[in-house]
Amino acid sequence: MSKPLITILGKAVRQVAKLRGGGSALPGLVVERIDPNFIKHTLASLPLGVVVISGTNGKTTTTKMVVELLESQGLKVFTNRTGSNFTRGVAAALLGDINIKGELDADIAVLELDEAHAVHFVDQIPPKYSLILNVMRDQLDRFGEIDHTANMLRHIANATTDTVVLNREDTLIAGIAKSLNHQKVHFFGLDDNLLSTFPSDNNLHSKSKKSKTNIKADVILFKSSKNYATFTIDSKNIRTKLKLTGVYNVFNAAAALALVRAIVGPQINQTKLINALSQVTPAFGRGETIIVNNQPLDLVLVKNPSGFRLGLQSFDPSGYATMIAINDNYADGRDMSWLWDVDFTSLQSVAEVSGIRAYDMALRLQYDEVTVKSVQVNLKKALKHFIDTNNNQPKRIYCTYTAMLSIRRDLSKIAKVEVIK
Amino acid sequence: MSDKIIRILHLYSNDMNIYGDRGNILVIKRRLQWYGYTPEIVEYNPGDKFPDNINIVVGGGGQDSGQNKIQKDLLSIGPKLIELANTGTPMLVICGLYQLFGKFFKTSSGEIIEGIGLLNIETFGKSERLIGNIVTHSQQFGDIIGYENHSGQTFLGNNVSPLGQVRLGAGNNATDISEGVIYKNVIGSYLHGSLLPKNPAIADFLIKTAVINRYGKFKTINIDNHFTDLARQTALKRPR
Repeated sequence: MSKPLITILGKAVRQVAKLRGGGSALPGLVVERIDPNFIKHTLASLPLGVVVISGTNGKTTTTKMVVELLESQGLKVFTNRTGSNFTRGVAAALLGDINIKGELDADIAVLELDEAHAVHFVDQIPPKYSLILNVMRDQLDRFGEIDHTANMLRHIANATTDTVVLNREDTLIAGIAKSLNHQKVHFFGLDDNLLSTFPSDNNLHSKSKKSKTNIKADVILFKSSKNYATFTIDSKNIRTKLKLTGVYNVFNAAAALALVRAIVGPQINQTKLINALSQVTPAFGRGETIIVNNQPLDLVLVKNPSGFRLGLQSFDPSGYATMIAINDNYADGRDMSWLWDVDFTSLQSVAEVSGIRAYDMALRLQYDEVTVKSVQVNLKKALKHFIDTNNNQPKRIYCTYTAMLSIRRDLSKIAKVEVIK
Repeated sequence: MSDKIIRILHLYSNDMNIYGDRGNILVIKRRLQWYGYTPEIVEYNPGDKFPDNINIVVGGGGQDSGQNKIQKDLLSIGPKLIELANTGTPMLVICGLYQLFGKFFKTSSGEIIEGIGLLNIETFGKSERLIGNIVTHSQQFGDIIGYENHSGQTFLGNNVSPLGQVRLGAGNNATDISEGVIYKNVIGSYLHGSLLPKNPAIADFLIKTAVINRYGKFKTINIDNHFTDLARQTALKRPR
């Protein structure tokens, strides 16, 4: 079949899927079946090539940052912003952006891919740049062990043709550098004063302090406070206001800066770069704030113990009513063990516990002697009760992936919630 | 209070702690406190001096790299652990340490990793991973609920009994319906979840045995099991 025909067919499926309110991957699947090289051909034409961002936590927000930072430098960027971070999702996103001749009007593609899908993707389409954020215990029932996940990330780095950007503070990720020979390697890192804020899974239970590294990092997060952050770039400290909240988001900003500096090179416009960074808002459900009855309601997505721990450390519970919603659908991971790797004692009291595994969560809190005021498995009822009983207070909901989708849907009926296409 | 101390040995807390196994330590610690005892958790890692006066031993699972790190050290303290087991000390070992408490683990490439032989069991590495929710049943503990995630398959020898019979899931291996093992007061199991929070009958067995060993008698009091019961009911209905 000719390329314009495939494109028209794919676009048509995309429209129908949208009308049905269906998922974003279906049209991609259709096109992939007809032309397995569709993505490869379309992306091969981009002058600055393909960037792959992977790792356990923070992919979506980091990808959003990288896109906006590259745009600040005058580049046209293609990305899979639907959060459908696997090959078919990329194909589906491409269908929305190409013209009828099948051409993509962009300089560079920035793609968020989860580890397991990235491994296959890079075999087909070697990225020019890759950014590997971290490796933590996530959805282990799907991937097996953490060492196995680290090997998948190593595979992505190995397939990269130009520059690999790595997290200096994650031992397993920094170690990837040793197995690279023809790629340039850049690091992002933390100043020593912040190291204790980011326990990795590897040193989570270890009392020994992380030893000082002598690897030089291109961008270092020096300080993070409520609405400001200071980064060390070229031995100069640069302080900027931020709309991002949560230290882990701010650390990923260091990752995004390092990657964009590697892509743009010495002609980078740093003023525009930092200005764009100060305007980036978190991706949906990653610390986004929705106004409900004149009070802020924060949604914090939690997928794994390290992400949950960082969330609890990042957001001060005082003055806030807290709800936790835990589902165990396939996309959340079926295993509840991870809740026992998170320390909840900082919460003291939780107003509402919900989700399919609400009672697992309530039990977890009981063993940390945290007060549980209400348990309601049904998310819709729980959300209403949570809002009604804490009406005059700021609120925060920690939720797993499918719980978040459900909560956003219900919130959109009573508040302004950004629609994700 | 000092006369009501119970000492818990947390075996290889740095390297063998995958899939929420620290939840087992937390449950033992809290329930001891709720029963009026003072738990003392002693972490043991390779090269440490083996502690005295231990009343309960708990160990978890690890990754291959973690198991390689601790295996030699484990063999060196094996005789001490066997002596403790022979004098009735209650123990709980999950997944990786369950396997290494046995005679050996034979990897899929044929390599033999020697265990301490406290349990008469043998484990064989397979390519198939046994993953998912699991429910087993035991006369002593009722329904045992958890989550399994292992590629080693374990077969029981003649002087040990299974901890439970599998109702949903795989258990020790893909061949028979046994899950885990019980030998003297030592319990081995593949169940994460963590195991003890949703199976307080096993936690209380370990606690009661330890207290009676040390103080001669154990007086139970009612603990609020409301959330436990509902969490168990939910877990029983979830798909594999």
